[in-house]
Amino acid sequence: MTATGAPLLDIAGLTAAYGQVRALHGVDLTVPEGQVVALLGPNGAGKTTTLRAVCGMVRTGGRVAFRGRDLTGLATERIARLGIAHVPEGRGTFAGLTVAENLRLGAYGRKDGVTEDLAFWYGTFPRLAERRDQPAGSLSGGEQQMLAVARALLSRPALLLLDEPSLGLAPMVVREVFAVLRRIRDEQGTGMLLVEQNAALALELADTAYVLEAGRTVLSGPAAEIRSEDSVRRAYLGS
Amino acid sequence: MERFLQVVVDGIADGSVYAALALALVLIFRSTGVVNFAQGEMAMFATFLAWALADAGLPIGVALAGALVLAFLGGMLVERVLIRPVEGGNPLNLVIVTLGLFIVVNAAAGWIWGFDLRDFPRLFPGGVASIGGVSLSIESLGIIAVLLVVVGLLWVLFTHTPVGLAMRAAAQDPASARLVGVPVGRMLMLGWGLASLLGAVAGVLVAHRLFLDTNLMAGVLVYSFAGAALGGFDSPVGAVVGSWIIGVTEALAGTYVDAIGSDLKVLVPLAVIFVVLLVRPSGLFGSPEVSRA
Repeated sequence: MTATGAPLLDIAGLTAAYGQVRALHGVDLTVPEGQVVALLGPNGAGKTTTLRAVCGMVRTGGRVAFRGRDLTGLATERIARLGIAHVPEGRGTFAGLTVAENLRLGAYGRKDGVTEDLAFWYGTFPRLAERRDQPAGSLSGGEQQMLAVARALLSRPALLLLDEPSLGLAPMVVREVFAVLRRIRDEQGTGMLLVEQNAALALELADTAYVLEAGRTVLSGPAAEIRSEDSVRRAYLGS
Repeated sequence: MERFLQVVVDGIADGSVYAALALALVLIFRSTGVVNFAQGEMAMFATFLAWALADAGLPIGVALAGALVLAFLGGMLVERVLIRPVEGGNPLNLVIVTLGLFIVVNAAAGWIWGFDLRDFPRLFPGGVASIGGVSLSIESLGIIAVLLVVVGLLWVLFTHTPVGLAMRAAAQDPASARLVGVPVGRMLMLGWGLASLLGAVAGVLVAHRLFLDTNLMAGVLVYSFAGAALGGFDSPVGAVVGSWIIGVTEALAGTYVDAIGSDLKVLVPLAVIFVVLLVRPSGLFGSPEVSRA
């Protein structure tokens, strides 16, 4: 797949603005093939904006490349079809469509192996199977997050962008979702860029981590090193 | 009793014509949040195309098929050229564009074909069929059958095909639809094409009864509005049931209430719109406006 040897996702000097307000001032980060990269930082640091910039949902400057291919200027749906799935803030499930319809949309544009993958996800999250004919809007927060993750992965992406997957969920559900993410990385080699408030949780799963502050990358390194960094411990790990 | 049944069936047939146009209104409303005021005029124009193709010597079946295809393509063109630039902005801009389109299409039809009443070929044999001892108009039964087939096809499209599912997703939440790779712009174009096609069906069904002229659909649009308002502007089922109720009410009132007769029956849909807006603004089948805290 990577004849060029380029990393899965390569972001350099990324800037972004909402109207006149600059949200990113120069983010640099790299997601290698098959690795989970955690993106940490305080509220307003630009984590969500970075994910949105990758998907072409905000106007950007700088460079975003997916397996060596420049993504700037591409429409969001084109980027999605290149193999980048995004579980956005607020999960982005279609409240008025059933669970089964949401999952079928995840496989939009795929032809082979969809039935097997659907069976896999119903097996992984049995609660989705029980509720497959209910509207997604009637699910609990945890079930909706499972649905969002399953739907995103049904496109068999090379890169999964996750925005705060633990937000508002019970600890049990969070563990379940993160166990599935770990398994998908290990078994399917899916690369992930994970934005997470819960830094301890994110660093447990991640291979590498980046810390953003005020729209810039201020720190990066292997997850284990970042975890022992004093400033990170004080700011995000509460010890 | 026989008279009553005849009036009801004729009412359902009229309601089926309103329903086809009401479905077009609902389709656009669900994806853009506004009512396409030009829907009736686009239907009238498509009906003229069918007439012109038949007048040029094509068999009526071919002329109808050609007009429906042109209506579909024309609807997509309208979306791409006129609607796309104002989509996602202030809804009022969109409303103004559809009002402008109303005037332009109406004037264009008059400019091309003139303002005389024209005789549109009949699509169903005249006369009656006896069903269970009741003589019912074959035309009425035919119109109802066509609508039922159209509704069935739409149901299959929207619930059993990937493209229909993608269209629903694009209408419901464009941003999330893009994230799963749905080309939202293309789905909106398809929706406008489909709506235009539905309007054309209504036009050719009603043109023989009403005679064809540039104001063919003006009256129908009012009834379709009433049907969609009664059923709920975001509910396809509601559009059909609402339109049937309007059609039957209109027929019964026109026949049995002397004070109304055929002159005042246009007041029936207006009264219905008024009462629905007062009592249940979201309609019988519509979902009330909700905003999550």
